[in-house]
Amino acid sequence: MGLRTFIQGWPVYRQLTGTDPLGRGAAAQSARSAALTARTETADSVARSVCPYCAVGCGQRVFVTDGRVTQIEGDPDSPISRGRLCPKGSASKSLVTSPLRQTTVRYRRPYATEWEDLDLETAVDMIADRILAAREETWEDVDDAGRPLNRTLGISSLGGATLDNEENYLIKKLFTAMGALQIENQARI
Amino acid sequence: MAEAHPVGFQWVMEAKRRGAKVFHVDPRFTRTSAVADTYLPIRAGTDIALLGGVVRYILENELDFREYVLAYTNAAAVVSEQFLDTEDLDGLFSGYNTDTNSYDQASWQYEGQERNSGGEDTGKERDSAAGLEHESHGVPTSGRIRRDETLQHPRCVYQILRRHFSRYTPEMVERVCGIPQERFLELARAWTENSGRERTGALVYSVGWTQHSVGVQYIRTGAIIQTLLGNMGRPGGGILALRGHASIQGSTDIPTLFNLLPGYLPMPHHADHETFDDWVGSISRPGQKGFWGNSRAFAASLLKAYWGDAATPDNDFCYGYLPRMTGDHGTYQQVLKMIDGGIKGYFLLGQNPAVGSAHGKAQRLGMANLDWLVVRDLFLIESATFWKNSPEVATGEIVPQECRTEVFFLPAASHVEKEGTFTQTQRLLQWREKAVDAPGDARSELWFFYHLGRKLRERLADSPHPRDRALLDLTWDYPTHGDLAEPSAEAVLREINGYETASGRPLSAFTEARDDGSTAIGCWIYTGVYADGVNQAARRKSRHEQDWVAAEWGWAWPANRRTLYNRASADPQGRPWSERKRYVWWDPEKAEWTGYDVPDFEKNKPPTYRPPEDASGPDGIAGDDPFIMQSDGKAWLYAPSGVLDGPLPTHYEPAESPMRNPMYGQQANPARKVYENPVNPMNPSPPEAHSDVFPYVFTVSRLTEHHTAGGMSRTVRPLAELQPEMFVEVSPELAAEAGLAHLGWAHLVTGRSVIEAKVLVTDRLTPLRVDGRIIHQLWLPYHFGTEGLVTGDSANDLFGITLDPNVLIQESKVGTCDVRSGRRPTGPALLDLVADYRRRAGMTVDRRIPLVTTDAVGCDDAAGSTDQRSPEAAAGEKRGEDA
Repeated sequence: MGLRTFIQGWPVYRQLTGTDPLGRGAAAQSARSAALTARTETADSVARSVCPYCAVGCGQRVFVTDGRVTQIEGDPDSPISRGRLCPKGSASKSLVTSPLRQTTVRYRRPYATEWEDLDLETAVDMIADRILAAREETWEDVDDAGRPLNRTLGISSLGGATLDNEENYLIKKLFTAMGALQIENQARI
Repeated sequence: MAEAHPVGFQWVMEAKRRGAKVFHVDPRFTRTSAVADTYLPIRAGTDIALLGGVVRYILENELDFREYVLAYTNAAAVVSEQFLDTEDLDGLFSGYNTDTNSYDQASWQYEGQERNSGGEDTGKERDSAAGLEHESHGVPTSGRIRRDETLQHPRCVYQILRRHFSRYTPEMVERVCGIPQERFLELARAWTENSGRERTGALVYSVGWTQHSVGVQYIRTGAIIQTLLGNMGRPGGGILALRGHASIQGSTDIPTLFNLLPGYLPMPHHADHETFDDWVGSISRPGQKGFWGNSRAFAASLLKAYWGDAATPDNDFCYGYLPRMTGDHGTYQQVLKMIDGGIKGYFLLGQNPAVGSAHGKAQRLGMANLDWLVVRDLFLIESATFWKNSPEVATGEIVPQECRTEVFFLPAASHVEKEGTFTQTQRLLQWREKAVDAPGDARSELWFFYHLGRKLRERLADSPHPRDRALLDLTWDYPTHGDLAEPSAEAVLREINGYETASGRPLSAFTEARDDGSTAIGCWIYTGVYADGVNQAARRKSRHEQDWVAAEWGWAWPANRRTLYNRASADPQGRPWSERKRYVWWDPEKAEWTGYDVPDFEKNKPPTYRPPEDASGPDGIAGDDPFIMQSDGKAWLYAPSGVLDGPLPTHYEPAESPMRNPMYGQQANPARKVYENPVNPMNPSPPEAHSDVFPYVFTVSRLTEHHTAGGMSRTVRPLAELQPEMFVEVSPELAAEAGLAHLGWAHLVTGRSVIEAKVLVTDRLTPLRVDGRIIHQLWLPYHFGTEGLVTGDSANDLFGITLDPNVLIQESKVGTCDVRSGRRPTGPALLDLVADYRRRAGMTVDRRIPLVTTDAVGCDDAAGSTDQRSPEAAAGEKRGEDA
């Protein structure tokens, strides 16, 4: 390292001669921080996404390294949010990577006091059986005047406002075809 | 807005920087108030009185945008002479039926249209001559409506409005809302001065308006103001509903709601819609004008999307497969039915009613009385663990060993682990790319429902039952990919968009919809989102590379239009109202509508177009009628039908109020939906006795750092750390009165429950002087529950269930309570405390809530009541009679 380089590396020199007279940016940067790389720069891929909380629809960029979400930031291109996120949106990475997330099926038998494990495929099969049984037991073909009803009032559902349009479409389509009428979501609340 | 929609609020600040004046009306001083020009504290539940005051101010001073009002609204329409206003009937409108507690709308119609009241009880007086003419035509048509362009006819809408709102004086606003007259006048002046040809004003609301027993009428009042001032369909104007979930707009458009099918088609009713023709005919009657006139094509195309080859014109496109409504099947009705054992299975899909819905205890008791419950969520939320961890387990009302509900918890994929579209609050669809695979057993709802449907169909493949045809004939052949066989979200979006059945070509616009089976459309208002086979919702052209309308970012329904009814941004001749507010206009040289946005009008229909006498559908709309989804092309200041609790908004007290209504003998919304059920006692309000047992008003809202029922925030470390504890905000005056200590404990009691919270004494809440007395209000966040990193009692446990009659949304933004120092009792002692309050308040099982509290309709419900109106209120009424 020459003397000139040494002097130019001195923060006071950089503060007095450079573009950072208050010494709060480039002038204060150490060699170590200059060598640091943001994990957003080294990410394997970036997915363009949308914040999952309120309905403003802020743009998100989801940075992924080795198949794991490493950072979620506001999308500066978005005409809605201009790159900004609120405290909740900024915490999205903590949401999707939360250690509290449940990643296996949990099953509570009638009258049980604890959860049990259950295989996912078995769980879906059991749910399908219960739907058909409830439908069978509560099916209404026609009303008192013989007009069609085609329904079961034995099954209810609540939810959809946090889900995708495509998901809501399949949910409504399947429930309607099975005659389940009592389908609701947060829009009623 | 700064609290619950912070990033959206940057645009308010942008407007303020450019000179806009910002007014904030809220019971509590918030981050929004802090940066507003003027903050108006208001008594919760009195917004119609405030807004009605603004309507009166506009009309009495003739500050309406007269050219706009005359050309684009129904101000000139003449109403039936049978119509009686709340001024005539002490707070009721004509047509009220005390047996059904609902209105017959016949007398609300335009003159000569009394029989076209929309299918309600039309058996009352009718104007037979004109009515017979229209019997087969249904909804009134503009050519036949009598209009008085001078607006002087005593029964024209303009004059009816004047008379209806004449009582909403600045003095009355002060008496009802607790807003001093000079502050109210500051608001009214600013609003009117910033509206008109050169300027526009915007109105923003959220669930602080919708969650009331008269919520729809709050928004109606806002609509009346914005229409009178010419602020609709124009840049910088409008009424902006800030919705609270990422795709709650989408789940309304493609409704997981009992009474709707995609694109706002009604779910059929067993008595009114027995046949396909009955159903379609009720949506748009023969000869109907406006774009709803095409509803037969939208309806047929939906059924074609559902049942594919099985749906043909000969079998009415399998219309017979649709389930039928027989009454109220809403979520609150369901919960009461669960408690009675009437429902076997319940799905919860990313929703946590144990914390997020009104009357949490009823929610949990309902869940405890099912055969089975399926919860699909990211976390083990309160609605999944109610059987072991709810307040009712502590009180002994739910005993795990005696609770029979079988619970399946299935982990869900997060928003970065699946692809698909959200529809945000401005109707904009934005496609999300998938970033990573979901962990473990976590799956998308798309995966769960597709495979559930596949299994159901496999099990029923040989079924002889006619009831199973709807499942077996369903088009359910979505392509899947990957090891987990994830269905293609793009394939579903393509079906939602719609396609030509012969070729599979995606449709570009809903005008291509046909009623002959040649088109299939999953949700007609979304047609165009997959135009040209391209996912338009995935467009991400940077805001730096396009104009401020940003039409190439995502896709907005309908037709990628960013501002609805934008034809109104031009004058009747098609010229911009002003250069400043230029948005969409008629280009005479090219003979087409053009502008910054997609014109909300037929592109080549000139402003001079006048429909022939017999025109229907879009052809029936004149070239200067911007409100093309209305049957007359006009914005409705007065709604002759479509709103069940009155053609005009009226101030009613909340279902629970410590006050007698200062404006009318009628206390609360007489058409509100009530559930007289032992589990749902409502606190008494005047003129009933004992309202003083619950002397305080409470309201709830969100914290910036938490999200609804907390399932996505109390489980997230940074957010839990930012807001770690349940608390209640009280004014220093209330703290002194009730003996509450800052940072100490308090508990709040209603007829349903008691909850505890830490006390925050703050002047963010202020006692209001209302009708000669002081009203104290308390505020709570409603995010807390028993699960997650941070826990606390749920504010929603305090509320009972009373609903708006139009949309069945609960009144959970205002209620009455008592507040006491210290922690709440636990165990059975908690139940004893609530029971003691009920006893003192006379909330016995056989008590009937008086829905009518005036004798103006010859009803004796008010008899025997204790009228607690102040002498001042009674005197005011006397003056009203003299005038």
